[in-house]
Order: sequence, then structure tokens, then C-alpha cells
Amino acid sequence: MNAATRSSTLSYESGTLFSAKAWAGIVAVAALFAALPALNLIFPPGHSLYVSAFAIALIGKFMCYAMAALALDLVWGYAGILSLGHGLFFALGGYGMGMYLMRSGKPSPDIVPDFMTFLSWKTYPWFWSFTEHFWYAMLLVLIVPGLLAFIFGYFAFRSRIKGVYFSIITQALTFAAMLLFFRNETGFGGNNGFTDFKRILGFDITSPQTRAVLYWTTLAALVGSLVLGRAVMQSKLGRVLTAIRDAESRLRFLGYEPLGFKLFVWTLSAVICGIAGALYVPQVGIINPGEMSTENSIEMVIWVATGGRGTLIGPIIGAGTINGLKTWFTSVFPEFWLYALGLIFVLVTLFLPQGIVGLVRKLGRGDKGQSS
Amino acid sequence: MMWIRSFLRGWLIAAALIAPMHAIHAAELAPAAILAALASDDNTARNEAIGQLGLLASPGGADILAALAGGQLLLTADGTLLIRRGNEAVNCATGDTVSVPADAQPISLNNRLRRSLQAAQASSELFSTNVATRFAAAQRLQKEGDPARAPAIKRALEGEQDPEVRQALNIALAASSVKSPDADERLHAVALMGDSMDPAFRPVLSAMLAQGANGAPAETDARVRAAATKAISQIDKHQTVVSWVGNLFYGISLGSVLLLAALGLAITFGLMGVINMAHGELLMIGAYSTYVVQLLFKSMAPQWLNWYVVVALPVAFILTALVGMALERTVIRWLYGRPLETLLATWGISLCLMQAVRSIFGAQNVEVANPSWLTGGVTVLGNLVLTYNRIVIIGFAFAVVAVVWLVLNYTRLGLFVRAITQNRRMADCVGVATGRVDMLAFGLGSGIAGLAGVALSQLGNVGPDLGRGYIVDSFMVVVLGGVGQLAGTVVAALGLGALNKFIEPFWGAVIAKIVILLIIVLFVQKRPQGLFAPKGRSVE
Repeated sequence: MNAATRSSTLSYESGTLFSAKAWAGIVAVAALFAALPALNLIFPPGHSLYVSAFAIALIGKFMCYAMAALALDLVWGYAGILSLGHGLFFALGGYGMGMYLMRSGKPSPDIVPDFMTFLSWKTYPWFWSFTEHFWYAMLLVLIVPGLLAFIFGYFAFRSRIKGVYFSIITQALTFAAMLLFFRNETGFGGNNGFTDFKRILGFDITSPQTRAVLYWTTLAALVGSLVLGRAVMQSKLGRVLTAIRDAESRLRFLGYEPLGFKLFVWTLSAVICGIAGALYVPQVGIINPGEMSTENSIEMVIWVATGGRGTLIGPIIGAGTINGLKTWFTSVFPEFWLYALGLIFVLVTLFLPQGIVGLVRKLGRGDKGQSS
Repeated sequence: MMWIRSFLRGWLIAAALIAPMHAIHAAELAPAAILAALASDDNTARNEAIGQLGLLASPGGADILAALAGGQLLLTADGTLLIRRGNEAVNCATGDTVSVPADAQPISLNNRLRRSLQAAQASSELFSTNVATRFAAAQRLQKEGDPARAPAIKRALEGEQDPEVRQALNIALAASSVKSPDADERLHAVALMGDSMDPAFRPVLSAMLAQGANGAPAETDARVRAAATKAISQIDKHQTVVSWVGNLFYGISLGSVLLLAALGLAITFGLMGVINMAHGELLMIGAYSTYVVQLLFKSMAPQWLNWYVVVALPVAFILTALVGMALERTVIRWLYGRPLETLLATWGISLCLMQAVRSIFGAQNVEVANPSWLTGGVTVLGNLVLTYNRIVIIGFAFAVVAVVWLVLNYTRLGLFVRAITQNRRMADCVGVATGRVDMLAFGLGSGIAGLAGVALSQLGNVGPDLGRGYIVDSFMVVVLGGVGQLAGTVVAALGLGALNKFIEPFWGAVIAKIVILLIIVLFVQKRPQGLFAPKGRSVE
């Protein structure tokens, strides 16, 4: 907590969201990534500019991870609340979307999936009613993680559960939810979750065009969350949050009640994470309780830590880096990936407390110091 | 033909009942009448004869039955019965050993005979010279509840001296005489069933009270019905007690496991405010060192294999303590004052440890066998089995707590640990070598995790992800118990264990976990510092 205090990464003075240079960078990188599916659609396989469908799916997936990491950075990097349960919000969003996709792929949305047939359920249970409508499913994607986060956060923050206590309780919450979703009779598809998606809003989900649209949507959502996160953190509210991270008791003595601030950023983070999950599911084609495993949630934290917390852009870089490494390792040295991940955890916390972004800034400053 | 058969049967029974009163010829294995019936080709007569053999209070009858069951009872053309013993045979009528005649054929059995043979063997065990065999036979007869067995049981009761076997026989008699036509006998049987409190009788008793096809109760006598109702309530009451005691036992057992798992965590968390996410992997290393010690015993000292667990304890303690101290020196030391980062770094270590164990031992579970003195269990309250391994682990957990308490309260290290827990800076100022104490305390906490791992290996599967399941639960214990309080840890562990086991029968294991989580979250609302919160200035 106090390590982050030392970071001088935030410039509160400027009223603008980003500097012109930052805007240019964001637009350029976003445009570059936006061009990739176009290359996939325009050029035939084998052409030197062709981007494979696999790469598009992979980058789409990474962008969802990056969104989740960004959401985590809002609470951890700025408010000092380390959540080990963001996988739960991610999966809840995914389940909302997954149910819609599963129903829309059937000849009639009232046909129950196999796992419900095995339970001899004839109709969808109440909590899945209306999920055949896209707008309603999307509402669920926003509301369910948000509401859960709000209720849980209210009780946790009200009793001033902080630090590692809060982290472990979020982990326990995710663990309990995973057990619940693993059960067959709870109506969440048990072990297998939801899969066998065919159509989204009437479009074939496997066609390159649909995939490109999903990719662009994800990219837009990611950039949107980045701008939103930046706007929140540049506002006065963001300053109060940073103050909560650095000295909660002092803030309290100054007359602020941290509960509302924490609750706001916590709920916002859960909602962004839920959206990321909802965008993730149509691109990977399955959602199951494995997404809620404690390992996944902690991995999200290391994305943020590697990229640099409290920087918003860092988590995006971190999610890309770690997942890129993971993809490479699991295809080349699958048995060494866990060693590598474990080492990343240790080395980043020991030697890179400010992450990649912090390192770059330090080097940049160092160079300037030498030149002047 | 029927009358001939029933006459023959009656005669045989009479002959058999009289037979033991005569002095049987010293070498004769069984009365001649029974042997004759057995040698006849009338299956009904044979059936009766087998029944009679079961009632013989002599080892000869049992010998013949065993031979019959094993296909070693031979019949010659002239009707002589022989028991084959290798190349020779014993003549059942004279007890002489003869060579096997060429025309001797084994007696073949049909299903009906085989059933009565089993029953007869069970009855004959009632007259065995071995108390345990008699007791087991009586217990088996309780389950059968066959009215045909009543005479055999009565006979056995006459000669029985052992009180436990007598009681078992009485219950068996009740089970078999409850269908007797005599109402008084039924009444007696029902009362005995109620006193036995054995739930096995419940269906029989409720069948007596059930409405028959004509609307009248199956049991005609009102007194017997009243007795049956009373007996059922007796049995039900007993069952409630049994399930409570069972839940309590398994709850305490789970609690003792949680206690062992959480104790080390509580020490390091209380001392340094550090959550060691690799604590679960230290449990796993403890369990795997048990496995390795077992392998070494198997190959080097198989005669001492039974005691490998005792050797595994110090091995696991030292090994995990060394791992823990190495962790403290290399990683955790550099992250003081940054608990969240420590959490992440130790998680990374846990990933490496898990993968290392996978690389060495494979991803599959390894087999750790209970030594013989930890297998089996004691039966209490009739049908509740308390297994020895759980009993021993409960005792072990409390022994470990006692040792930790002694270390913390009566050693120099303990004094320093308590001082640092209360006020690290002040302890440092008065000359406590905090760095060294941290390392040693971390070693102690990790060593206890190793001991817990040995205990866990005796209860369940040993695999690379053994520890994962315990880290959340152990931390819940620490949260509930409060920091730096041994008593809090003990009460919280046992309380959570018992609560879990009492909720499980109603809502299942998953809901039990969720309910407990909710209870903890609500509890922390009221007492954020845990059950036994430290008082005074040390509170933040």
C-alpha cells in the first residue's frame, strides 16, 4: 500500500483527460489493432499481409483480459483494494452472454439445453427467464456483477475489512461461487458450463465477419473503459480514492466517509469486468466454472502488477505480455509455464513494484537526468 | 409322498435333538441318522440334515459342513460319507482315515441346499470355541431374523457364558421370534428390539404397525402394537443421538485438521502480518515427505513399516521448516510492510512448488497407506464407527497445540515472538533480533504445516493440489480466531469444523461452505478483530 504512495505517476493538475501526445498514441495503437481483422478479411490466406483467424481470436481474447485487468487496476491501483475475486465478475458477465448465445442458437429459444433435460426441467428457471432477448441478457451482464459487487462491497467496506482480509474474503467468495456453479442442479450447466453457440443477433458466430465485428466491439469497449477510467481518476473522486489508498485513516479524520467512494469504484470495476466476460464468451465459444477458479483471479492481479498498477495503460500491456508469454510457453514448453508464471509473480513483486510502465518511466527519467 | 417326507423330516428332527444327549461315539463326526439323511438322494431330507448339523454343538458337524461347502464331502456307492483330506479321506461315521475309494463322488448342491448350508454354517458357529466367532455369528443372525433359527439360538443361549454374546444372542432371538404365532413371545421380542436400539429393526417394527390390505394393522395384538410404537421411538431417539454424536465427531475431526493447517498460518500472520499463500503447498510437501518415508521403509526396513508415520513426522517438520526459512530469507524478508505484494509473491512460490512436485512425482495422486494401527475403528452406540486415524489425528492436533503453546509461553523464542507480535518496533529497540526471530518463527509455522501434511496424508488423497483446498479454509480460521491468539485459533477451527458437519447433512457440502462464508462475513461486521481480539494499544 505505501509502496504505491511513492509513485508520482499521476498528474492531478491537468484538467484534460490525456495529453495530446497520449491521445495520439492511443489512437494510433487502436487504429493499428483495428486494422488487423480488416487484413484478415481482405487478403487471402498465404498473402504476406494476411492475418490468420487464430491471431484475431487470440488478440480478441487478450483484449477482454486487458479490460478485466483495467477494471482490477481501478480498485487495486487507485483505491488500494486488492481483489482476488474478479474472475467471478468476469464469469458472471460471461454466463449472462452465454445463456443468450445458447438460446439464440436453438431452433426455438424455449427448447431447454441438454443439461436441463437431464435434470428433467421442462422450462427455464426464473433467473434465466427473458434471456432469449439480447437486450435483457446484456442488462443482466451489467446488473448481476454490479449488484453482487455492491452488496458484497457494502458489507465488507462498512465493517472496514481491509488489506489481506478483504483479498482472502473475495477469494473465498469466488471459490464458493465456483462450487455453486459446478453443481449440476443449480441451473448453470455444471462442469461443462454453456457451449455450442451458433448465432448472435441472427449472425453466424463462426463467420469471419461476425468475428471481426466482435473484435472491433471489444476494442471499442477497451478504449472506452480506458477513457472512462482515466476520466474517473482525473476527477476529484479519483483523488479521494487515491487518498483512501495512501492514508485512509487520515482521510477519515478530514471528514470523508470512504464507504461511498470505495463502493462506487468497486462496483464500477465489477461492471467493466462483467462486460469483458460477456465479450470474451462469444469469441472463445464456451463459458464454464473454471473461469471462476482462484488461479484465474490471481493471474489477473499479476497482469496488473506486471504492467504497472495505478497507470491504467499498464494493465493492458501486462495482460498482453503475460498472456502472450503463456500462449508461447504452453505451445513450446508446456511443463515450464507454471514455473515461469511463479517466477514472474516473485520477480515482479520483488524487483518491479511499479511494473513495466514504472520501469519505462524510470528509464526515461534516468536518461533525461543524464542529458541535462 | 408328502406324508412320507414329513414323517421322515419329523423323525430326523427328533433324532437330532436327542442325539447330543447320548454320548456320541468318540470318533463319530455326527449322529448316524443325520449322516444317513445326508447320504440319501432325497434333497428335502438332505436339507433337514444340513440344518441339524448346524445345531450340533460339536466340531464334527462344522467339519462336515465345511467339507460340503468346499466340495470335499464324498459319497461312495454304498452310502458312506467321506471327507477328503488330500489323497486320503476321513470316514464320517467312524472317524477312520482311509484312502479315497474309486467310486467316491463329491456331493453336489443345488441352490436351496446351498442356502441352508450357509445358514447351518452360521448356526454351527454359534457353538464355536472362539468368542469372537460366536459373537459375529450372533450378529449375523440378528440381521437375518429367520424364525427357523430360533431353536438354534435358544440352544446356544443355554450354554453361552460370555455376557456380550448373550446379549447379541438375545437380540438375534428377538429378531427371529418376532414372527412367532405366540403374542407373548412377540411382545418379548419387540421389547428386546426396542432395548437393542438397532435401526435394523425399524422396518420390521413399522411393518407390524402398517395397515394391512383389509385396513386392520398387520399386528393383531394391541399390546404388541403399543410395545412396537414404544420400541420405534426408542430406536429413533437413539438414532438422533447417534447422528449428533457422529456429526460432532466428524466436526471435531475436520476441526482438528483445520486447526493443524491453520496453526502455522496463524503464527506467521500474527507475527508478520503476512499471508503465506504457499502455506497449502507446505502441507503438500509434508504429505509427500510421508510418502517418501513410506517408500524408504518399504524398500529398506519392511519389518518396521508400521511405524513409518512416526518417522515421517520429524522428517516432514524439518523439511518444511527448512523450505519455510528459505522462503523467508529469500523472498518474504524483502516485502515487509507490503502484505498484498507478499501475498502475490508467495502465490508465485506456491505455483513453482506445485509444479516441482508434479515434475518429480507426477500429476497423479500417490498412494499413502495407513499403518495397521491406524486402520479400523471403534464402534460406539451400536452402529457409529469412529475410525482410529481420525481419533489419533484429533489427539495429535491437540498435542501440537500444547507444544506450540509451551514454545510460545516458556521459551526465549516464544517470548520474542510474542514481543514482536505486540510491538515490532519496540521489540527491535530493546534488542530483540527481529530478523532472526522472524526466520525461526516462519520455520516453526512452516514445520507445523509439515506435521499437518503428515496428518492429512493419513486421511485423504495425496496429490500436487492437496494444499489448494486448505488455504482459504485456514485463512477463514485465522480471520475468525483473531490474530496472535492460540485460543482463538483452536476455538475457530473446531467451531468451523463442527458447524460445517452440522450444516452438511441438511444442505450439502457446497451450501455449507457458502453459508459458513456468509456467517464469517457477517461475523466480521460485528467483531472485525476476530473472536479473541487483542485489547489495548497494540490494536490498530
